[in-house]
Amino acid sequence: MTPGFADPVADAQSCFRAVLEAMSRPGRVQSVRGVTAPAPLCDAAAAVLLTLVDHETPLWLDPAAEAARPWIAFHTGAPTDGASFAMALSLPDLDTLPTGTDEMPETSATVILQVTSLTTGPAYILDGPGLREPATLHVTGLPGDFASIWQRNHALFPRGIDLILCAGNTLTALPRSVSVKEA
Amino acid sequence: MAYVAVKGGERAIDAAHGWLAAERRGDPSIPPLGVAQIQQQLGRSVDRVMAEGSLYDPQLAALAIKQAQGDLIEAAFLLRAFRTTLPRFAHTKPVDTATMRIERRISAIFKDLPGGQLLGPTYDYTHRLLDFSLLDDATVAPGPIAAADTETMPRVSDVLGQEGIIEPDTASEQEPGDLTRESLSFPASRDVRLQALARGDEGFVLGMGYSTQRGYGGSHPFAGEIRMGEVSVEIEPAELGFTIDIGDLVLTECQMVNQFKGSKTVSPRFTRGYGLVFGFGERKAMAMALVDRAMRAEELGEDVTAPAQNVEFVLYHSDNIEATGFVEHLKLPHYVDFQSELQNVRRMRAKQETAE
Amino acid sequence: MKGYNFAYLDEQTKRMIRRTLLKAVAIPGHQVPFGSREMPLPYGWGTGGIQVTAAILGATDVLKVIDQGADDTTNAVSIRRFFARTAGVATTTATADATVIQTRHRIPEKQLREDQIIVYQVPQPEPLFRLEPSRVETKRMHGLADYGLMHVKLYEDVSRFGQISISYDYPVMVNERYLMSPSPIPAFDNPKMDMMPALQLFGAGREKRIYAIPPWTRVKSLDFDDHPFRTINAPHPCGLCGATDSYLDEVVTDDKGGRLYVCSDTDHCAERRAAGHVGTDGFQAAAE
Repeated sequence: MTPGFADPVADAQSCFRAVLEAMSRPGRVQSVRGVTAPAPLCDAAAAVLLTLVDHETPLWLDPAAEAARPWIAFHTGAPTDGASFAMALSLPDLDTLPTGTDEMPETSATVILQVTSLTTGPAYILDGPGLREPATLHVTGLPGDFASIWQRNHALFPRGIDLILCAGNTLTALPRSVSVKEA
Repeated sequence: MAYVAVKGGERAIDAAHGWLAAERRGDPSIPPLGVAQIQQQLGRSVDRVMAEGSLYDPQLAALAIKQAQGDLIEAAFLLRAFRTTLPRFAHTKPVDTATMRIERRISAIFKDLPGGQLLGPTYDYTHRLLDFSLLDDATVAPGPIAAADTETMPRVSDVLGQEGIIEPDTASEQEPGDLTRESLSFPASRDVRLQALARGDEGFVLGMGYSTQRGYGGSHPFAGEIRMGEVSVEIEPAELGFTIDIGDLVLTECQMVNQFKGSKTVSPRFTRGYGLVFGFGERKAMAMALVDRAMRAEELGEDVTAPAQNVEFVLYHSDNIEATGFVEHLKLPHYVDFQSELQNVRRMRAKQETAE
Repeated sequence: MKGYNFAYLDEQTKRMIRRTLLKAVAIPGHQVPFGSREMPLPYGWGTGGIQVTAAILGATDVLKVIDQGADDTTNAVSIRRFFARTAGVATTTATADATVIQTRHRIPEKQLREDQIIVYQVPQPEPLFRLEPSRVETKRMHGLADYGLMHVKLYEDVSRFGQISISYDYPVMVNERYLMSPSPIPAFDNPKMDMMPALQLFGAGREKRIYAIPPWTRVKSLDFDDHPFRTINAPHPCGLCGATDSYLDEVVTDDKGGRLYVCSDTDHCAERRAAGHVGTDGFQAAAE
């Protein structure tokens, strides 16, 4: 089994700041370091798991990523009886994941979605908190009707799913507060 | 006076700490107080600090008392701030107070019962007269110490339970909550309420318990049983599959027996209020049992009218570390806020004067 | 520091706080409960801010800590020392040099940048608590975005005093959804929160809540069309640097009504004086 972070304290902090920055400025692409991912995960997805997931956060794992389960179980100890986080290789049906309640919208799931690229592919226009003006994000690996799927999620605000997109050693995020349309 | 910008916060802090250390030591011609002396001779303080500090470690509690110059809330705070950094290796099995090695056991509701009444080391019947012989460090003749009774002492609540005249108290399969890891949310279940009370300030819990006796949410309590003594703490590591005894705790448990008229579906029977604290903490355990019962008002279909029945009020105000911090934070500088109030009031007064 | 993890908190606790921070950013202005820990400083003295700072801080960060706008107030000194000791990070008093600024009761005068994070210490995160003490009730109101209670209070202020009487901790609407306490900053600072380039994080340790305002987010101070929000400040220039646009402290100089007004933001004032700006009392102070 491959190890976790080379420097657990510093690498987790660095990865967290990348995710925080991505969540704060949706669509801006960040890079992470410090881990060699188990197949089929990319480095960024593995780093996010190590940074945010532990025995207090149930994790739903995409069956297509089953090969990484022993690594995730060993390094995070995450239980599997729920979905505070979902680790997916293709966008799961968001309706099957918890979206929180009006009083406790924070009890929703965060989806870590591995995609092919965050620099090429279809362009999406993002708007909302964190963005001074609408921003453009290119993603290869989202379903064709992603913009409409996302708008249904966005309409639930303050409930809704937050999405962390990972490709290679890069990541970005789409919080529920942001709106997405096809460019 | 000319204005000189306030500088030297660092020097002021260092000087304050130095002064504090000197004051803590007191007159150097008097021998310093040893932690072992505190642990042995100020046991009730040590117990209170362990209870409110949520950490069972008599030596560290004694150290905290020494470091805090006997300020018990400050000592509990020191212990809590240490406790929060400790890793968790295992969770213990529930302790069983039925198998307690009893040092004290009394029941106010039966004249005699299996195991009998055992006064133990209590202040109850001391006359509160200052004992001037203690001024002279007089050696105390060792008194009789009753060996911990090995005879099993059934809990009084279990005796009543056999008759079905008191509500059952069955163990829940649910994992108990933990206030030290998750923030309070409502409705708060009884396990969380009991945890808050067990860590709560003795004075606060005492005052709330007392209020229930004066008509603010009373429930006709009887002290069914108070027992104090040692219990074993066990863990069951998953990889071993059997339990290991890892040490002992001294606990005080109080079972209050309270009136309940019954309802359409439940025949009249007694209900329970429960108190459990670290060490010898009888006052706290009894008050806790009163407040526990008061907070069950809603569950038992009683009117919620009194402060002690208001779960949110009791739980948000019982913790003395939170309370002391926030009350005392008022001494921190607030001159920015005060200045905006000053300007605001001046402006409003000026406006009023112009209008007149 | 020996015996303790980097920045005091254990990694498990940091993960818990980090998860909370991400939710807080995703739901701007919503108070997210968290498992606040007992810190080695008292509740009410910045334990929420300290936990947030400890969870975000890295070895390359440069930390500035202010209380009442000043770097040298005793509690600011104490918190700065705490992080210098437990995390070994570089500290600064210069707003421009900081990557993380922890504050109590002020926002620096200098506009913050995209590469900075400001962490507010919050004593009471619930903006409605003076009107409704039950958190069960206020949580329901936030869920429904039912803020009628606050509008009634402001309306009563106007009819009684001819103006809104709140001068600090002035409630704001974040992203047109959540009513939020900006922490007890003077209303003077409220406009700085609107469309701020920096990320704003809020930690309330005793009340166990974290909330956030992402960069470039609308933050509106509540008001009425005919009684628009107004900032309050002493009608004077700074006696030391002559600034007319900074928030002022009032210093009592004698018992005959003597007053001196000086910048609350000590770094701002020092920077202006270094650049040659002098107020009417500036020469006197320099001569002492």
